[in-house]
Parts: sequence; C-alpha cells; structure tokens
Amino acid sequence: MSAVTATTPPRASALAMSIRQNRGFYGAILLLAALYLVYNFIHPRGFSTNVFIANTNESVALAFVAMAQAMTVIVGGLDLSVGAVMTLTSCIASELVRGEPWQIILGCIVSVAAGAGFGLVNGLVIVYGRLQPIIATLATGAVAIGLALLIRPQPGGEVDLDLNWAVTNSIKDLAETYHLFEDGEAAWLQPIAWVPVPLLILVIITAAVWIPFRRTVTGRTLYAIGSSEGAAYMSGLPINRAKLWAFTLAGFFAGCAGLYLAIQTGSGNADIPQAGAYTLNSIAAVVLGGISLLGGVGTVIGALIGALILRAISFYFRILSIDPLLQPLVEGVVLLAAVSLGAIRTLRVKNRLELFR
Amino acid sequence: MANDLTLPRLKSDDLPIVISAGFVLVILALGSVYTVATLGTMPLLSPNYLLTQLQTGAFLGIVAAGMMMVILLGHIDLSVPWTMTAAAMMATTVGGPAAIPTGLAIGLLVGLFNGFGVAYLRIPSMIFTLGVDSVMRGLMIAHTGGFAPQDSATPLMRYLAADKILGIPVAIFVWAAVSIVIAAILSRTAFGKAIYATGNREAASYLSGIRTRWVIVGAFVISGLCAALAGLLLAGYSAKAYQGMGNAYLLPAIAAVVIGGTHILGGRGRFIGTVVGVILIVLLNSVLSIMQMPEAGRQIIYGLVIIIMLLVYGRTAKVTS
Repeated sequence: MSAVTATTPPRASALAMSIRQNRGFYGAILLLAALYLVYNFIHPRGFSTNVFIANTNESVALAFVAMAQAMTVIVGGLDLSVGAVMTLTSCIASELVRGEPWQIILGCIVSVAAGAGFGLVNGLVIVYGRLQPIIATLATGAVAIGLALLIRPQPGGEVDLDLNWAVTNSIKDLAETYHLFEDGEAAWLQPIAWVPVPLLILVIITAAVWIPFRRTVTGRTLYAIGSSEGAAYMSGLPINRAKLWAFTLAGFFAGCAGLYLAIQTGSGNADIPQAGAYTLNSIAAVVLGGISLLGGVGTVIGALIGALILRAISFYFRILSIDPLLQPLVEGVVLLAAVSLGAIRTLRVKNRLELFR
Repeated sequence: MANDLTLPRLKSDDLPIVISAGFVLVILALGSVYTVATLGTMPLLSPNYLLTQLQTGAFLGIVAAGMMMVILLGHIDLSVPWTMTAAAMMATTVGGPAAIPTGLAIGLLVGLFNGFGVAYLRIPSMIFTLGVDSVMRGLMIAHTGGFAPQDSATPLMRYLAADKILGIPVAIFVWAAVSIVIAAILSRTAFGKAIYATGNREAASYLSGIRTRWVIVGAFVISGLCAALAGLLLAGYSAKAYQGMGNAYLLPAIAAVVIGGTHILGGRGRFIGTVVGVILIVLLNSVLSIMQMPEAGRQIIYGLVIIIMLLVYGRTAKVTS
C-alpha cells in the first residue's frame, strides 16, 4: 500500500483502490444510472417530478427488504424471513397507524420495533441455538406469516390518509399537509421541494442507521465474520453481538419496508406469495448490488442500488410495448444474465483450486 | 472426529432419524386423542387414511429425494417449482405416449443447465437456480398465456398418480422405486460416495481425483428429473397442469430433507431420514387440518416444529478456529 501511495497522488489512489475493491458496487451504480437515464429519455413524460415520485414510491419497500437481506448476507448468512417479516409489520401497521397524531407516531414505532424484535429473535435462535441461518429463518418466516394471518385474516385496514398522501409525494406536499415551513412555501425549501419523500426516507434511514453502524467495532466485525468466522473469533471480536445486531437490523429494515408498504397501500395483507416474491427479489437485489453471497463483501447501500436496478428494469415494461405475457420471461433472463456476470471472475482464475470454497 | 469412521458417526447421523420417527408417532397419538375426544373414533390409525397420506406424500417425497442430492453437496435447487410446472405443462401439451418422456426431458435439461451454471460458471446455486426458476416461469407464461392449459393429463399419468394396485396407490410404488434408486446410488455407487466427499470438501475431493464438476452436474440432473417426475404425477393427480402447481413444494422439500438430518451445508445425511422427514411434514399438515386449525396456526406450528427439531439435533459446532 505504501508503495502505491508513493507513486500516485494519495486521493486518486484511494478512489482507485475503492473502485478496485468494490467493482460490483460501482458497476451497479453505473448500470442503474444508465438504465434510469435511458428510461427517462424514452418516457413521454421523462425527467418530470411526477414520474420520479411514482418510481421511487414503488421502489421503497423492495429497497428496504434488500437492505435487510444485505445485513445477513454480509455476515455470510441468509435471511429467508425478510419478506414474511415485512408482511407481518405491514399487517401490524395497518391496525395501528391511524387516529390521533400521537397514536400514528406510536403505531409507526411499534410496527418497526416489531420487525426489529422479530429480527432479534432470529438472531437469538441462530447465535445461541447455533442453527444455520437459511433453515432457521425458513422456519421463523413461517411463524411470521402465521402471526400476520392472525392479525389480519382478510386484507384490509385503514391507514391514516394524510400520512399516506404526505409520504408518497414530494417534500412540498409533505410540508403542505402538515402546515410546516409556511405550507411548503418557505424560500429555503424551494430548491429541494421537488424531492420525493420516499427517497428522502431511504436516504435518511440509510444515513442514520447504516453509515454510523458500519464504523463501529460491531459493524466492522460483520465483515470479519463474513470473511472468516474462525479468524474473527481468534482475533477476539464480538462475534455473537455482531450477529445479533445483523439480524436485528435486518428485522428493523424489513419493519421499515412493511410500515412503508402499509402506508403506501393504505392497508395490510398477509399475502404469502408476495412475501416469498419479496424475499427472492431481495436476494437478487443483493447480488446485483455487488454483495458476495459468500459474505464479507459489499454494503447495504449496494443492496439499495441493486433493488433500484430491479425496479428500473420493471419500469421499462410499461413504456416499451412488450407483450405482457413475455414480461416474466424478460425479467427472468435479465436476472439470470445479471447474476451470471459474476462468472467472469472464474475465467481469470489461474489455479483451479481457488474456485473451491 | 476424522479417524473414527464407522460407529460413532453412524450413531450421530441416526439420531435425527430416530427423533423424527418418534415425533411422527407423537403426531399420530395426539391427533388420535383429538379425534377420540371429538368424534369418538380413531380414523388416523386406519390403513386407508395412512395410505392416502402416503399418496399425498409421494409427490413431496420425490421432490425431496432429488433435493437431498443437491443439499448433500452443500448446494440448493430453487428451480424446483417451475421445473415441476414446466414438465407437467409440456407433457400435457404434447400428450400421447410421448408425454412422460417429454416431461422428464424438461427436467433433464433444467438439471444440466443448473449444473453447468453452478459447477462450471461457479455461480452460487442459491441465485443461479433462482434465476433459472424465473426463466422457466417466464417461458411457461409465454407458452400458456398465463392460464391453466386446457390439455388434460394422459391416461398413463393418471394411472401412476391416482390409481391403485391391490388397494395401494400406484404413486406410493413410484415413490418407493425412486427412493430405492436414490438410496442405492448414495450408498452403493462411486457417484454416491463422490457426492458425500464433494459435499464435505470440494477441494480435497478434486485433489483425490474425483471429477467434482461432473458430480455437481449429476446431482442437479437427478434433482431436475425428480422434480419433473413429481410434476408429471401431480398433473396426473389433478388431471391437468396449472400455473404455480409446484410452488407449495419447494420449502417443505427443503424442510423435509433438513428435518431428516441432512446437513444444510452438505456432506452428511442418510436417505431414510428424508423419507421420515417427508412423512412427518405430511402427517403434521394433515393432522392440523383434521383439527380444523386455521392457516395462521398451521404456519406458526409448522415453523416452531422445524425450529424445535433442529434445536434438538441440528446444532452446528461452535466456531473456534
């Protein structure tokens, strides 16, 4: 490392090294930018606030679920219950998020806390029960769906309509709804008034939870465990604490997804196929975002980008007149092609033994 | 641990099978207590009821048999649902005597493709088979227009799935035949030994001269064939193929394999355990439906049973080095 910094300017080398180490992540950002730019050029009302708001609205739930999945994949695990936990929290939210303002706020907190609590239980079962995450979360996912069905045997519920309007539109609409910042007319607000609230929520939660967490010892331990659990143990890192945090935060993000979904749709629905689809898409998003399924590589932000890529692909179906019957096929082929890009690595390997885990 | 090859290791592998077999009896006993209390009879212990359960279990059992081969390698096959559906749909579309070979050919092709992606491209099986599953789904939706195809299953498919010989459903014989073949492969052939070896440590197996990539391809082909066969039987049972017919089989198949004592990371597990695991899951589902347990309660109990069974015998060693 010192040899590199001696020959090149420090800042450029830091960026170059970051790119070298996170090829998947930067590739995903480029892919997303390209996909979304082209989409806006083709779209008849491209580059407009309305299209942007609609698109971000549809992406939030999957983005949160993908972030949840990323937490567990980084430690070398996998959480097959994220979709189910999202469904559970959306059912809880559809019961609680209404009435007086304090009731609404309490309802939101309880919903997200329920998700985090369920994640903590996952973590306890995996850490102290010493079960494999895949199979343990397969089982707890069934429990989460069961609880969701108990709370909401039939789809329905009434989520506060003001809140629904405020968080699915632009910042200006949010300010108008709650009479903040001179009903959204404050001069300083104007440059950002067009920003969609869903995007703001994603950015705030990522910045407030993931970025500080990553810098802690526990956060660093996640990567150490993912790279080599034995080495992390021998180095005296807090393995159990880190795993518990990883699964609790996964539950927290899944809870955010469920809460947003409930507010966005105004209702809750214990939909088993939907829960499964979200879980599977979260795995795909994680891979697209440059996170290694073997653990130790990637960031939650990468998963966020991966989820946005998946959604961006589905936006194309609406503006290109692709036969609706062919859409699932195109989606499948794109997914398969995207994950197959990882195979390029195998072509560069000179010693075949390196291919085996 | 490395040197005591035969006795102690067999014992630790047998423990899950004994416990899950015991749990099967507990389920039957509890269910019978319930029916005696409510109906005054014990239908659960009648041969007819048990044979019907085994017939239902045959579909899951065949899927789980194939899934076990893949799990023994430390991989997983998530393409099972739409492999089943595709095999069933193409078989009913083709019809006639070519129906069953067509369905099995679909399974073979999917298995080869999965094996190629996992063994040669080195893409994690979790994500590659997931992609293959969505491609198959896309192909079938494009093929059928998103509806259940009108073609019905051929008489042979119906015979295999729904008919009886001497009062015993034919499907049970099919399951038994598949089980014997898989059990023989695992315990009697070099390929079976190679599966265990590769699942334990692929690099070591490769250095010992095992062609591990072929082993992986072979296991995925068997999984694809089993899924296709189960799809054909299921189409025969319900007289036609329909969208999403395989969706209910993926997670129970994985659960059955794992409850039966096969290690999810590969290398360990006995085939008889998978059979017991399938019977356990089928009986559990059936007894809960006799008790008129709502879907919510069923899901919760289902999840808790898996967790508790695994806490008893599925715990992994603490990582210390």
